Amino acid sequence: MSIDQGLGLMTGILFGFLLQKGRVLRFERQVGAMLMKDMTILKFMLSAILVGMVGITLLTDAGLATFRHKPMNLGAVVLGGALFGAGWAVMGYCPGTSIGALGEGRWHAVFAVVGMLIGAALYAEFYPFFKSTVLAWKDFGKIGVPETLGVSAWGIIPMFWVGIILLFRWFEKKGL
Amino acid sequence: MHMKWKTEDGGWSPYLAGSLVGLLAIVSVYATTEWMGKTNYLGASTTFVRAAGMLEQMLAPEHVTANEYFTKEKVRVDWQFMLVLGIFLGALISSATDRSFKLERLPPVWEQRFGSSLTKRATGAILGGIIAMIGVRMADGCPSGHGLSGMMQLSVSGLIAMGMFFGVGVLVAVLVYGRKTS
Repeated sequence: MSIDQGLGLMTGILFGFLLQKGRVLRFERQVGAMLMKDMTILKFMLSAILVGMVGITLLTDAGLATFRHKPMNLGAVVLGGALFGAGWAVMGYCPGTSIGALGEGRWHAVFAVVGMLIGAALYAEFYPFFKSTVLAWKDFGKIGVPETLGVSAWGIIPMFWVGIILLFRWFEKKGL
Repeated sequence: MHMKWKTEDGGWSPYLAGSLVGLLAIVSVYATTEWMGKTNYLGASTTFVRAAGMLEQMLAPEHVTANEYFTKEKVRVDWQFMLVLGIFLGALISSATDRSFKLERLPPVWEQRFGSSLTKRATGAILGGIIAMIGVRMADGCPSGHGLSGMMQLSVSGLIAMGMFFGVGVLVAVLVYGRKTS
């Protein structure tokens, strides 16, 4: 095993462990969030984002890491995001959690995995078509919110924290 | 806001487990930059492309070599591929040690809505999986890549993708599971 693979495996084990401990691998949690009855996965994701954004911005400021924004390709992100949302609701898993769900014994997640493998193969087959249509509409490139708004990341992060903590308080008050 | 660190079923508070994932993401960003020479962010969906390519290679290797998308994404067992395998192992270790591991035939919420037919669930999950994966490859990221990693970097694409994922997810979930008026 190469160092890349070893590092990936260790990181993945810890990631899977925490996903399972947070109980976010369950079908009912994912669908529960989409039905706005159980916000566990949003609490989990937004907590990770709040902590992660501070550390990653610090590391980048210090020159110890680089941002790798995914392209803001309008058609791709909007249409692709919509297709994912629709499939996600029916399937009840996202790519990472489907694999984790198998790990905690929910073997029916195997159908979701099979579907996603077929989807990946189909996307590869039709890639030239997507490339000349949806992907070619409008690409704003690899952009971050701070440079787009012309402010420092440290001007945005505190607002993000306040907004999300207020949202968490609301979730707790409503028992979501 | 007072909260418990443990849930009734022996799990951890999502705030705690999520914050620890945030720390893991920071350490991982540092470690990959240091040891791999390039910053890698948590993600999962490209691995499905690579796995599909590997399966296709068994049947038609020339077809995979000639495919533009497989060439672009490189069909190999890389850092992220091992990360996805790790998710399986980590979930297995966690659930086996706190006794939340459970062999489950159907998700309870699905069963309430659509009954106990496995064929029905398989059809729904496979069709949903196909649509979701086409979408996620088009958008170039899933809730891990766009949602967690994108938003941690304050990427414009991450924010918009998450909005679309959840916005349309809510709409379709209400249509699919919402008709439980009885």
